[in-house]
Parts: sequence; structure tokens; C-alpha cells
Amino acid sequence: MRVLIGLLALVAVPFLADAMGQPALLSLATRILIYAIAAASLNFILGYGGMVSFGHAAFFGVGAYSVGILFAHAGGDALWGVVPGSTNLLVTLPVAVVLSGTVAGVIGALSLRTNGVQFIMITLAFAQMLFFFFVSLTPYGGEDGIIIRRSNEFLGLNMRDKAVLYFVILGIAVVFFAGLWRVVNSSFGAVLQGIRQNERRMAALGFAPYRYKLYAFVLAGMGVGLAGALMANFLRFASPDMMHWTKSGEFMIMVILGGVGSFFGPVFGAAAFLVLETYLAGWTEHWQLALGVILLVVVLGTKGGIAGLLARLGGRG
Amino acid sequence: MILIVEQLLNGLQYGVMLFLLAAGLTLIFGIMGVINLAHGSLFMVGAYAGTYVAGVTGSFWLGLPAALLAAGMTGFVVEAVVIRRLYARDHLDQVLATFALILIANQGIVLVFGRQPVFTPLPEIFSGSVEVLPGLPYPIYRLFIIAVGLLVAVGLYLLINRTRVGMLVRAGATNRDMVRALGVDIRGLYTLVFGLGALLAGLAGYMIGPISSVQVGMGEQILLATFVVVVVGGVGSIKGAFVAGIGLGVVDTLLRAFLPGVLRGVMPPSDADAIGLGVASMGIYLLMALVLLVRPRGLFAAGA
Amino acid sequence: MSVLRVTHLVKRFGGLVATDDVSLTVEAGEIHALIGPNGAGKSTLINQLCGELAPDGGRVELGGRDVTRASVPARVALGLGRTFQVTSLLEEATCRENIAMAVQARAGLNFRIWDRIAGRQGIWDQADATLAGTGLVARVDVRAQDLSHGERKQLELLVALARKPRVLLLDEPMAGLGHVESAQMIAQLRDIPLPMLLVEHDMAAVFALATRISVLVYGRIIASGSVEDIRENPEVRAAYLGAEDALC
Repeated sequence: MRVLIGLLALVAVPFLADAMGQPALLSLATRILIYAIAAASLNFILGYGGMVSFGHAAFFGVGAYSVGILFAHAGGDALWGVVPGSTNLLVTLPVAVVLSGTVAGVIGALSLRTNGVQFIMITLAFAQMLFFFFVSLTPYGGEDGIIIRRSNEFLGLNMRDKAVLYFVILGIAVVFFAGLWRVVNSSFGAVLQGIRQNERRMAALGFAPYRYKLYAFVLAGMGVGLAGALMANFLRFASPDMMHWTKSGEFMIMVILGGVGSFFGPVFGAAAFLVLETYLAGWTEHWQLALGVILLVVVLGTKGGIAGLLARLGGRG
Repeated sequence: MILIVEQLLNGLQYGVMLFLLAAGLTLIFGIMGVINLAHGSLFMVGAYAGTYVAGVTGSFWLGLPAALLAAGMTGFVVEAVVIRRLYARDHLDQVLATFALILIANQGIVLVFGRQPVFTPLPEIFSGSVEVLPGLPYPIYRLFIIAVGLLVAVGLYLLINRTRVGMLVRAGATNRDMVRALGVDIRGLYTLVFGLGALLAGLAGYMIGPISSVQVGMGEQILLATFVVVVVGGVGSIKGAFVAGIGLGVVDTLLRAFLPGVLRGVMPPSDADAIGLGVASMGIYLLMALVLLVRPRGLFAAGA
Repeated sequence: MSVLRVTHLVKRFGGLVATDDVSLTVEAGEIHALIGPNGAGKSTLINQLCGELAPDGGRVELGGRDVTRASVPARVALGLGRTFQVTSLLEEATCRENIAMAVQARAGLNFRIWDRIAGRQGIWDQADATLAGTGLVARVDVRAQDLSHGERKQLELLVALARKPRVLLLDEPMAGLGHVESAQMIAQLRDIPLPMLLVEHDMAAVFALATRISVLVYGRIIASGSVEDIRENPEVRAAYLGAEDALC
């Protein structure tokens, strides 16, 4: 029921923005949806799987660059002479998801051999390596990134229209969250949550934690790759900054603001982060100071983020 | 040949910088079990405070105690107000809380000093060069940094291996619970370790001022490299921080200095520069990944 | 053929020999008890049998298969079950969910991301069947972290059984239990038709349950035999009971 109300509110956003004469509201809502997908995929390994990955933005960037590079080759030279470019969302999104999942598979396979502090740092290190790789990728803009002159085509819709793009992204987000819901409540989801609680116990039951964690890591990489591909379509731009380590930090902030391990927490977290960023930045250039203080208070002083707060309020009311 | 020696010295100078930061960070990791992303902020605070005092008084030497005092005081306050609450928390909370500290510190510095980079005046005696090899003049100031770094390394070695506090620090890095069980005032030890780390960070920040500008965000640039040093060296190991700091400092410097040139031999110069610098920047991270794959706990992991 | 066979197992920590040329077997139908004073190396031995710790020498066989280098999950797949000295449970999960996880582990299909675990009725039925008639039947929906110590010990055993092992390693199942709880645990263990290696401090429990006893002191097995043999063995009395007295 609550989910339905939330969905209706999201559907109403473009009309509200129009009626209020606030087009910026629509763009804010679009970014919230995209970041919600990214943060939810991080929450899947962090909140449900207990893996503190500090390199999640790497796969976000891979997803974005997939769209950018396919665009650059569309209608022109094929990549390496064999891979044709594409500007069709039905092609670019799956490619972005598969590529980011593959990269996550390689990085995860190596990183998951460590744990604790070392895991945090090695995921950060791999993300930095990808960051510098794209910085030095001069054929696709290097440090400046790659411009995508128009959004991908999708079923003949007018993707230049911001409201249309919003609805397409909303639709994809709904499908994503429905899929994530299935995964979290699946046999695999149960094993993953068991591993977070007690890895030694799960091993003693016969589960090899490494394989399950890697599987989850790949799924999460695919999810955030999807978000990256959507972001590239929204911004019509992909750059190394999308995989900067502070971006990984922002994803983590969204997860904790929303509530670690809560299913819809990342939506609230992404919304809270972007609203804070937008409005604090409009109010003072020192908005990061305020964000820092808020983050500190949330981390040190609360349990369960916004989702936890809502649950407590709901419990009382 | 002379070019290589010069870059080796540059690498050594960068390496001791990394060591000064990593020494504190590795002890904070190893003994208190806290991931402190804000260590780079202490480095920045030391740099700004020292540079400011040096600018006002016109004396490089008066800037030094100011840098140490500011970094030490900031460290003291941060430990008492934030870090102390993080000992029992998981890594995620530690990462996020100290990430918040970075945001606060950077904007705090902007509020006080503005966004313009500041420069430290160099005292007379450091302004020249000496000929370290025939045909290779090298800035005295950089040699001074190397000397200070090595002195600190010796000092830390004596502190850790020859004193009672050092014994507790060593024991703490290997087995935290044991130190607690010995009835030692663990609070005091933590504050001491954090304060020591802050002082070293402040010292490093102040010394780097005259050769690279003092600006907001300077802490994060070196912070990531410092983390690599700590993890490669092994969490909690001063020896590891020293070996990995110098090693990675030299590798990073040599790659940046020579890789673009090597690539120019095989590709157009503009591409060679961009790709060379990009790949050189990847170098230390690649090394870290390799080390962790062979030794998941680092080269000199305490208690391993 | 022995269900579990250990031959010439050696484990050193620096200069300390924690497991010193240990050989033992667990045969079908027997409860082989392993006793020894604190620090004798019992936990080290158990951890090597389970695969958490790699031995420096010797061999571990499970049902005739060499598993010396096998991982923990690989040994579990071959039928090794265990309980932990300090109970190790999924703390946020209920009793029923803890058992269900063991049933799920056995049932397989654990990489399925598109089914619904709540809908795998067979798993929940088997979990309920495992819990039926035990002291935990009224506590099925209580989280593990909210159980009493005695209940946790019991759940730990049920979880191990739900995985349907062929041989069971029990690491001090009586530790911390009161008199009544111990008696219940002994009765429960006696009803389990599985070969077991029982590591235990509680001598009353050992004498009540064991069909064979081995005595581990300073990493070595100094005696092995029937309950009567061990009771009468002067060397055991001197080494083990003496050491125990000294410790108390």
C-alpha cells in the first residue's frame, strides 16, 4: 500500500513540476531515481551481504562509459573494427549491465580474497585504477570525458523531452526494485544475509562464502552499471569523475542516510542526499560543511537512518 | 644516470612524506582499530596553520611549532569528540564519520583562509642547492625533508623498541585485548597514539608547503597514497610503513618521471603524456593489489 | 572402515607443538570421547578436523577420502557436522530460520535468485520436523540472540543435525549448562544414532556417553581405551586428573 502511494507520488512529479513552474524539480527527481538504483545496489552487498565496498562508483562509470563509447561509434567506425556502435537504449543498457557485471566479477574475484580493512582498501584501489585508466583514455576524451550529443532512442519515444526521459527511467527503476525484491527474498538472498551475520557458521553448514559473496558482488556491479548507463543518458555525458572515490563515498552516504540493510532506504537516502546538496548549495557555498555535520550526527547518533526513523514513527502512530 | 639519481632523490623525499603520514595512520589502524580518513585533514591543518604563522612572522622556524600545535590540538579534539565513539563501531561507520570530518575540515579551511592556495616562504639557508653528485645540484630543502623523515623514523624506532610506551604500542598492535587485560589505561594510550599521529601529519603538511602549494583538498590527494602504504606495509607495522612508504614513493615518482618519455617512443607525444601519466597514477594501486593477492594482510602484518 | 580417521597429525605454532603426532579414529556406531586438561590442544585438533586450520603434517580421512587439504564446506559436503564450543548461530534469525538454513544448505539450489525462500515449503516443513518434540518447540520464532545459554546450546546441536551429517564433532556441548540442562543434553545425545567425536570437560557426561575415550595431554594422546580402562589407568590419573586438580 505504502509502495503504491510512493509510486503515485513519483508519477505525479512531472505534472507537479510543470504546475509549479519548477523544471529543476523534474531533473532533481530524475537524479534521485538514478542514484536510488546505484545506492540500492550498493546496499545489496553492504547492507544484506556485509561487504563494505569503497569502489562502487567504478562500475557506475563503466556503465556510463559503455553508453558513451557505443554512442561514439554509432553510425561510424566500428570499435576495433568489429563492434558496431549503438544509440538504442535496448542495446546500450544490456551492454552496460553486462560489462559492469564483468568488471565487477574480475575485481570482486580478486578483492574478496581479503576482508575487513584490506577489503575496503583494495576495492578503493581497483576503483582508482579504473579512474586513472579512463583519465588516460584519450580517444574518448581522457580527463574531460565523452559527450553524448543526444540520449539513446527507446521505442520511438521523444527522449529529448525531460518528462518522457523521467518516465522511462521511473519505469526502469520500478522494474529494478521489483527484481531486487525477488533477489533479496530468494534462496540466494537468504544465504547472503546468513553470511553477513556469521560467515563461520555458514561455512560449517557447507556454504562456501567466497562464491556467494562474489555472485552478490557481480549482481551489485550490474545494478550500479545500469544506474551509470541511465546517468549517461540523462547528463548526455560520461567522465572519469563519475568513478572518483568521493562518488563511492557519496553512494555510501546515501545508503547510511537511508538506513543500512533496509530495502527502500536507498531511495530515501538518495533523495535526502540530493535534496540537501541542491538546497544547501543554493543557500550557502559552504554546503559541504553542513552535509558533514549532518552525516556525522546520523552516523554517531542514529540507528537505521531515515527508514529506521519512519519505521519508529509508523510504529508509534 | 644523473636524471635517474635526481628522480630517486625526489622519490625518497616523497617516500618519507608518505612515511610520516603512514606511521601515524598505521598505529591508529593497528592499535585502535579505526579507519581514519580524516588523517589527511590533519596534514592540511598543519600546513595551513604553519604557513599562516610563518607568513605573519616572516619566520619559517616559528611556523613549525604552530603547525605541530594546530595539528596536535585538532587531533586531540577530534579524538575526544568523534574518534572515541568509533572504537566499538564497524568499519562502515568509521569510514563515513571520518569522511564527514573531511568535508567539515575542508570547508572550515575555506571559511578561514579562502580558496586561494598559499605559499610558505623558504628561509635563506634552504634556498640554494648542493651538488650531491658531480653535475647534479639538488635543492637543500628537499634534502632537509629527507633528513627530517629519516630522523623521525629513527626516533620512532627507538620509541617503539626501547621504551615502556613503545612496548605497549607494540603489544597493542598485535593484541588489543591483551593490553586491556594488563590493566593499562587504554584511553590514555589511544589519545597518545592519535596525538602522535596528528603531530607527524602536521609536520609533514608544514614541510611539504614550500614545494607544493598549500590548498584545500591537499590532504585527500596524499591520503589515498598513504592508505596504500599502510595496507601494503601491513596494518599496525611501523617498519612496514617505512619500507612501503619509501618503496612506493620511489616507484610512483619514477613512473611519473619516465613513463611518458618511454611512451613517446611508440605514440604521438600528446597521447603519450596523457596515457603515461594515467598509467603512472595507476602504478601504486596496481602494486597494492598485487601485494594483497599474495599476502592479504600486507608485507609486515603485525600478529600474522 | 572408519568414519573418521586421523593419522600422525602435527600442528606447530612457532616453537609450540599444539598437536603432536595424533592418530585416532571414529568408528560407526561409537561415541569416541576426547578428554584432556585445558591447553591440551583439543580445540586446535577440532579445528584441524573441520578444516579451519591446516595441519603441518599427517592426514585426515573422512569416509575413506583424504580431506587433509579440503576446505570447511567441502568436508561438510562429505558428511562432517560440528558444534562450536562458543555457540555460533545466525543471531538475527529465529530458531526456525536457523534450522531452515541448515536444511536449505542440504537441499541445494542456493544460487537461485528468482525463487522465494518463504515459498520453499519443504524447507520449512523439515525445519519444523527437526524442532518438533524438542525443548525449543515453544521458542521457534524467537531470535537466536534472545535465547538463553542452554537453549542456544540445544539449537546449535539441532542445526548440526538438520544438516544430516554422517559423523558429528561436538566441541564441549555441556559447557556452561546447569545440572538439569546437562542431563537433558546427555539424554538427547544418547538418542542420536550417529558416530561422534565428543570433546568434553564434564566427566560425568563423558562416562555416561562414551564408548571409547582418548586422553590428550600437551598435544599428545597418552591413553586410549574403554571407559573402564581409562578410569583405572594410573598414567591418566596422574597426568590428567592431577593436572586438572592443579588447575582447579
